[in-house]
Amino acid sequence: MSVSVPHALAVWQRNATMYRRTWWLNLLPNFFEPVFYLVSIGLGVGAYVTRMAGMSYAAFLAPGLVCVAAMNGASFEVTYNIYVRLTFEKAYDAMLTTPIEPDDVLAGEVLWAVTRATIYGGCFFLVIAAAGLAPLPRALLALPLVPLTGLLFAAIGVAFSLHIPTIDLFSFYFTLFLTPLFLFADVFFPLSERLSPGWLWVAEALPLLHPVRLARAAFGKPAGPVLLWDAAYTLAASVLLLLWARRGVRRRLTS
Amino acid sequence: MLVELARVSKRFGDRIAVDRLDLAVEAGGCFGLLGPNGAGKTTTLRMIYGVSRPTAGTVRVFGLDVTRSPRAVRARLGVTLQESVLIDAISPVDNLRVFGRYHRLREPELGRRIEELLDFLELRSHAHVPVKALSGGFRRRLAVALSLMSRPELLVLDEPTTGLDPAVRLALWSRVRALEARGTTVLLTTHYMDEAERLCDRVAIIAGGRIVADGAPAALIRAHLAAEAVELDCTPEEEARLRDGLRPRARLRVGGRTILYVDDAAALVADLHRRDPRGHHPLVVRPTNLEDVFLMLTGTSLEGTP
Repeated sequence: MSVSVPHALAVWQRNATMYRRTWWLNLLPNFFEPVFYLVSIGLGVGAYVTRMAGMSYAAFLAPGLVCVAAMNGASFEVTYNIYVRLTFEKAYDAMLTTPIEPDDVLAGEVLWAVTRATIYGGCFFLVIAAAGLAPLPRALLALPLVPLTGLLFAAIGVAFSLHIPTIDLFSFYFTLFLTPLFLFADVFFPLSERLSPGWLWVAEALPLLHPVRLARAAFGKPAGPVLLWDAAYTLAASVLLLLWARRGVRRRLTS
Repeated sequence: MLVELARVSKRFGDRIAVDRLDLAVEAGGCFGLLGPNGAGKTTTLRMIYGVSRPTAGTVRVFGLDVTRSPRAVRARLGVTLQESVLIDAISPVDNLRVFGRYHRLREPELGRRIEELLDFLELRSHAHVPVKALSGGFRRRLAVALSLMSRPELLVLDEPTTGLDPAVRLALWSRVRALEARGTTVLLTTHYMDEAERLCDRVAIIAGGRIVADGAPAALIRAHLAAEAVELDCTPEEEARLRDGLRPRARLRVGGRTILYVDDAAALVADLHRRDPRGHHPLVVRPTNLEDVFLMLTGTSLEGTP
């Protein structure tokens, strides 16, 4: 059985319907968060750390934080929100009484997570651009990375969600996986300057590192063929994890 | 045949939920799948609409193999699940709209069907109120409305009236009959025998994953018991004395009560009165119902008449 696009869109539309009802409540925090970061870093940390990797600290942080926003936007959708729809709202049981198949549910949910990531990361980008931290128009190249980062973390999150037995494990996902990524994947300091070459290859396993490196390049940092590896990693990891999630969604929704 | 199960089994690990089950539902009318909790009713339904795959055997609906064409089958049937699948935060109309899109309905057809269902299930009074504020009966009617969005040829109802008060049950039954009158085939599960007797043209009694009897309710009563039931309170020893020499068609012992089934209760009652002239053992005479058949076929208290 393969994905039916109209049915996947119906799944997406259910989520969009729920989101639109309270869109301003959902959207506002997406603007506040980057503002808080910029104020804290600009007025606080930035006063002490004046330069990093040859630029102001706020400018160094900006591209990485756009990716983090996309990561967070996708991650909440494919963990807690999917769990609520699966267990409490019985949304997928309802869908499976109609021509919708498990593959459509997965496709629709991932598409929705990418949408949320794009809204979240897009808002972040707008704030950063308004603060003069994104070199325009060049930095616009970073925009396609927002849904791409969303896809990667939607795939990781949904594969995780479909294979865990209890909701309690989500806190592990956030504190032991996403938080370390946020702190150690090149967002706050240049990883390549702080790690010895012997350890650098280990850091290559961190999923967030690759979108961040691509975003930095879009923001103007000179880079080489490593970007091809970053793009390949992001796409290949997304595809492989979605294939795994596909098995999970069938097992979870049908028996 | 609208629905046809041929030697269908479903195993979950070591547990056999459905065991070589044969079932045929004709188009038109209402078919009831009756059984105690855990008998395999819901699993059977899930295999019919294709979210559970049989371990063995084939399930055909509308002549299609459900395992091969789940989308095509589900496009033509509607299912009301036991648990609520309503979205609490939004109104009945918005619920219907979301559900209609699962069936790829677009405006203006989507709006037309919503209007039609608001009338048919009498949902208009609270059509724009968030679902979480609605009563259990209203929610159940809305749940049925959702499963009718696709104008199904076959409506599957899993325990449609469990937990509802009598007035709401009556209202829902009238809707089921109205659907039948329009030509929709209804397949329901229930453990309320009165519901089955009132609604169903045919029933199948399922126990331990197998069908133990099927047919029209009245025919099942005739075939397995007799027209009338005489209930009396007594201990097994007292019963032996009272019943000595009498020949009821069948006998059932439930709790502290004995039920004797006979075609003509008057003669039996007269005999019992002669043996208990002071009336120590109060009698109740009533028509035999599906509950009795069900108890006899699925209960452990069954003992055949010697």
